[in-house]
Amino acid sequence: MADKAKSLPEDLRIEARPQPRALRILTIVTVLGFAATLVLGLGVAGADIQQGEIQRIFYIHMPSFFGAFTAFGLTVAGGLIYLARKSEKWDRIALAGVEVGLAFSLINLLTGAIWARPIWNTWWTWDPRLTSAAIMCLTYAAYLMLRAGIEDPERRRAFMSVYGILAFVTVLITLFIIRIVPETIHPVIVGASPQNAQGSFEATSGVVIALIPSMLLWLTLMPITIMWHRVRLEERMDALNRLKFQVLSE
Amino acid sequence: MKTPFIKSVAAILSKDLRAEIRARELVSVMALFSLLSVLVFSFALELDRGAREEAVSGVLWVTLIFASLLGFNRSMAQERDQGNLDAMLLAPVSRAAIYVGKLLGNFIFTLIVGLALLPLMTALYGLDLLNGWVIITTVVGIFGFATIGTLLATLTVQTRAREALLPIAMLPIVLPFLLTAVRTTKGILSGAPAAEWQGPLGMLGAICVIYLALCLLLYEYVLEA
Repeated sequence: MADKAKSLPEDLRIEARPQPRALRILTIVTVLGFAATLVLGLGVAGADIQQGEIQRIFYIHMPSFFGAFTAFGLTVAGGLIYLARKSEKWDRIALAGVEVGLAFSLINLLTGAIWARPIWNTWWTWDPRLTSAAIMCLTYAAYLMLRAGIEDPERRRAFMSVYGILAFVTVLITLFIIRIVPETIHPVIVGASPQNAQGSFEATSGVVIALIPSMLLWLTLMPITIMWHRVRLEERMDALNRLKFQVLSE
Repeated sequence: MKTPFIKSVAAILSKDLRAEIRARELVSVMALFSLLSVLVFSFALELDRGAREEAVSGVLWVTLIFASLLGFNRSMAQERDQGNLDAMLLAPVSRAAIYVGKLLGNFIFTLIVGLALLPLMTALYGLDLLNGWVIITTVVGIFGFATIGTLLATLTVQTRAREALLPIAMLPIVLPFLLTAVRTTKGILSGAPAAEWQGPLGMLGAICVIYLALCLLLYEYVLEA
């Protein structure tokens, strides 16, 4: 066995390649940044006059949606570049975008439900915006299911690039749904809230101080760092599969 | 040398039409399904007069979506099973022409069912669905379903789970059509002022154009392998 491992060509070995220094730095900065936004959101910003402490969940709730937005956006970019250049690297980025975006949008739904329990007196309601956010999650779950159903790797990459681009429509709907279906009770913080919004609050200076850093972190560092780790994992899984294939065909 | 675009589209469309006239496989299945769906909805929702006005546009569009899923799936499965897909790929025609040909076929078959559904629902629910604007909305909405449905059916028909995956892949992406079409139809049926439903109708048309352009560009990649 030991001899066999040695005889394998260089690119088939799957020893852990050391993390690039940029990724290590990025990881540390992201973790520290997340801790800092938690301190700002949980400590520095004051409790809301009407809603009390529960309003603080907002500093995760809205940023996590925008984190998902970035990740799904990178899926679109990865898909487009893959279709143009046919290099596997971009397909891995697209896949990482879907998984990370899906995780972030689940965080978004979950924190929303926890907030809605005391404020709307229900975990879930069939509000247009909630419904479209849930459908967005299901679309990307469908992406993963479709992906698992296509055996030929080249076909899978091409098809999933196409689907990843189309799926972004649901993200845009979630953003803009209140313009098509105005009867939502979901508050809007940036811009005018819909008339029947329940549980709105004002963007006071305390809110802004906690919100802006959190938004920036979730929009950029969070998705990018986690996706980078995910891409590296996928690279190693591909290498492992190639190795298996080679060993089995010998 | 490639066959001119229009000529290849016409060839694919006429092939689909001829096959359908001889076998009557797609339209009959879709029509029967739609009829059943409308009846099932009226039992399941126990629609009284007030509820009917509220629910009818939803029933119409959900029925049309599911009927079109059936049709698109069958239409692409036929191509695959009989080896037509490979033949079309070998033929010197552009991928966009294959897309437009299949799209028009799917559109026409679903439209026949949709237009038959309107008088039927008018009779069953006692609401006037034969209004000119409702018909226009139906035509545009069904065209929208066909743009994305043709692309996704081509994609899913080449996967392992085949027929099972099209609804999962298509329903979320077709949502913008559903939202705007239901809103428009509901507005027209409730006699709301035109200003209230012309916005969604315009949006429905705009989304159709966007999807058509997107699918035209992306179609060649789902046929490559």
